[in-house]
Amino acid sequence: MNKPGKDIEKRERIVNRIARELRDGFYVNLGIGMPTLVANCVPVGMEVILQSENGMLGIGPYPIEGQEDADLINAGKETVTEMPGTSYFSSADSFAMIRGGHVDLSVLGAMEVDEAGNLANWMIPGKMVKGMGGAMDLVAGARRVVVAMEHTTREGAPKILKKCTLPLTGVKVVDTIVTEMAYIRVTERGLVLEEVAPGLTAEDVQRATGARLIVSESLKVMES
Amino acid sequence: MNKVVASAEEAIRDVGDGSVIMLGGFGLCGIPENLIRALVKKGSKNLTTISNNAGVDGFGVGLLLAAWQIRRHIGTYVGENKLLESMVLAGKVELDLVPQGTFSERIRAAGAGIPAFFTPTGVGTVVAEDKETREFDGRPYVMERWLKADFAFVRAWKGDRMGNLVYRKTARNFNPIMATAAKVTIAEVEHLVEAGELDGDLVHTPSVYVKRIFQGELYEGRIEKRTVRKSTT
Repeated sequence: MNKPGKDIEKRERIVNRIARELRDGFYVNLGIGMPTLVANCVPVGMEVILQSENGMLGIGPYPIEGQEDADLINAGKETVTEMPGTSYFSSADSFAMIRGGHVDLSVLGAMEVDEAGNLANWMIPGKMVKGMGGAMDLVAGARRVVVAMEHTTREGAPKILKKCTLPLTGVKVVDTIVTEMAYIRVTERGLVLEEVAPGLTAEDVQRATGARLIVSESLKVMES
Repeated sequence: MNKVVASAEEAIRDVGDGSVIMLGGFGLCGIPENLIRALVKKGSKNLTTISNNAGVDGFGVGLLLAAWQIRRHIGTYVGENKLLESMVLAGKVELDLVPQGTFSERIRAAGAGIPAFFTPTGVGTVVAEDKETREFDGRPYVMERWLKADFAFVRAWKGDRMGNLVYRKTARNFNPIMATAAKVTIAEVEHLVEAGELDGDLVHTPSVYVKRIFQGELYEGRIEKRTVRKSTT
């Protein structure tokens, strides 16, 4: 059974690892939920500009209590602040910069990812559909797509599969998968296991994965 | 030229049953609160609403849902509205979900006189089913059509008597594109000013798109998710 403390620990490992993918000057879109936490881990001295698909470049931290502005929210509808150099634009302009390949990195969650880099994260048949929001555009348009998710479902079933079973968000769109267990790169040859979490072996990760993993010759321990 | 009307009620005088209406806003940010209230009061039925979200239970587009005025809703995300969920499941409201970038580009295209365009978004997924796809430079794209409306309800921060509009921060969102895509665009503004008071270099929506404008009132400025940090001092 998962314990809340254990969940926080998992999330921290995933978020910290993804933060190490950031580069100075990157324009980055962070999805709702766990991906948003990457904003707290930007390395000191590095300038990363956060894009919000509701029409903003330059998201800052949450406002100090009492300074919330109803006209200033992120895509998760949370109150935020602006950084120096912020700009605002329409939703059409926002998705033009996303589809146009101007956003360096998109980080988002997933229900399933498969070995072809297909992603499913918006719909479970039989359940009420909430909508895909901007996810389909982000994965189709961002230069690089990184999935942040727990390695298995709450029941322990693999989320990384040979072939997605849920309706897709995008076809061949995922570049990298980061979980609490591993860092995996999607390649033409298949899924390459590049890093494993401290204390785990490649075999441990393979057992929790529904697709065959190609173990990198330079397999490393995940830093966080 | 004076496009100013006295009230939201007057502004929507010719909205009839079965109208197709675009409503600006992302979540509850930048929504035309006055026009929604007036439309609830007017009671027009069988509406098609085009809006990114469906408001929340009891506010925004949610008010129109609760009054059973909507027959069909076109949007991108409706997760915050339980009432809509039950109405869709009961077959009372038809729900059409569109990827947000496709949604905004369809609206932009309508306003710009472009009937269709090709986008990479959604290729190989359910949203591309039964649509034409074509390869350009080795990559597949799906054809999407423009999205138009009878009326666009938009909300701006400032507007002048001619209909020039300026939005504030992320309250801009879908408002400027929707203003271009309807037969009749109605703008409610937080501050109505005289022509010449807005800097022409900083106008977001040029007056040509706006048919009616009025001074809004009683803005609640409701916040959907209040997130704060502790003062660092």
